Amino acid sequence: MVNTILTIALAIIILSIAITMIRFVIGKTVIDRIIAFDIMTIASISMIAIIAQQAGRIIYLDIAIVYGLLSFLAVIIIAKYLEKSL
Amino acid sequence: MKNISIIFLILMIVWVLLNNTFQLNILIPGAIIALIISLLMCRRCDIFAEMKFTPKSIAYTFIYLGIFFIDLLKSNMDVTRRVLSPSLPIRPGIVEVKTKLKSKFARMLLANSITLTPGTLTVDVKEDSFFIHWIYVEEDEIEKASEKIVEKFEKYLEVIYG
Amino acid sequence: MELVGAIITLLGAFVLLIASIGLIRMPDVYNRLQVGTKASTLGTILSLIGLVFIMPGWSGKLILLIFFIMMTNPVSSHVLARAAYFIKIPFTSRTVVDKLKVSERALTIKTED
Repeated sequence: MVNTILTIALAIIILSIAITMIRFVIGKTVIDRIIAFDIMTIASISMIAIIAQQAGRIIYLDIAIVYGLLSFLAVIIIAKYLEKSL
Repeated sequence: MKNISIIFLILMIVWVLLNNTFQLNILIPGAIIALIISLLMCRRCDIFAEMKFTPKSIAYTFIYLGIFFIDLLKSNMDVTRRVLSPSLPIRPGIVEVKTKLKSKFARMLLANSITLTPGTLTVDVKEDSFFIHWIYVEEDEIEKASEKIVEKFEKYLEVIYG
Repeated sequence: MELVGAIITLLGAFVLLIASIGLIRMPDVYNRLQVGTKASTLGTILSLIGLVFIMPGWSGKLILLIFFIMMTNPVSSHVLARAAYFIKIPFTSRTVVDKLKVSERALTIKTED
């Protein structure tokens, strides 16, 4: 029962990443694409956590932590670059 | 001294949560490295200097977290209603609000709280005024907008950080 | 207990879905940022809290992840909003007021004198 619900949740998260990908492709400005990238990353963090539960391996959560850290740094650096204050 | 000890405590908590154990052979290297990092990196930083540690401020911290989480849930219901309704009821604009808070850390917390509560997003901070993008502008005068957006958090943060 | 956690995780997944729908529907960058930040933060927090209920032994790392997301996600949205304003990305035509523009003009006049 629990596994079924978690699989449905995983499918919904993948659907939301796919919808975000549409904005990533059609987005008119740079900032639109960065927002789409940010939301895809955050959705992937919960996706990785659910996959870690299904596989039963706590070590996968470290990947989620490092992934979140790197995406935060990337967004900050791209925004600084766009403001030309880097 | 106060800054160094707070940074050391935060690093140790992160280390313990990452390792998920209290064994001595894991705690001791973590303590040594946290001490080195906090001594090297934090000689001039003054971000935690205004923090107070009285029982009242600790109690207010928990009340603040509760109010913050309830507001986060409310803001998501608001966002859901706006996204799913077919006519897209938005009336966006940027308004200016004033704050009385002085310390940097309290201002950062206030800006983060404003971003995560219903319909508001901090765009810029200049001296003591915050510029806020509001998804449905109700008041565009400074005093009334401050009353609506800032005050419910400000009275708690003022007690915690002064 | 495990069932409660699974349902909370499912709720979080639905909130993430709302974030992506809002990203498609909203008319300009700033409104997309509003929807994106709020809904994606709550969605991730809810799905991680659900996993705390399912796997109590993992709560240390999951709580670390929850605090990390709660702290960093608003900051990155401030930075993006500031950058969008700085490189003059236009507002939607339904925008009613822009106080930052007025104040910015006052500031530049003052520095030129």
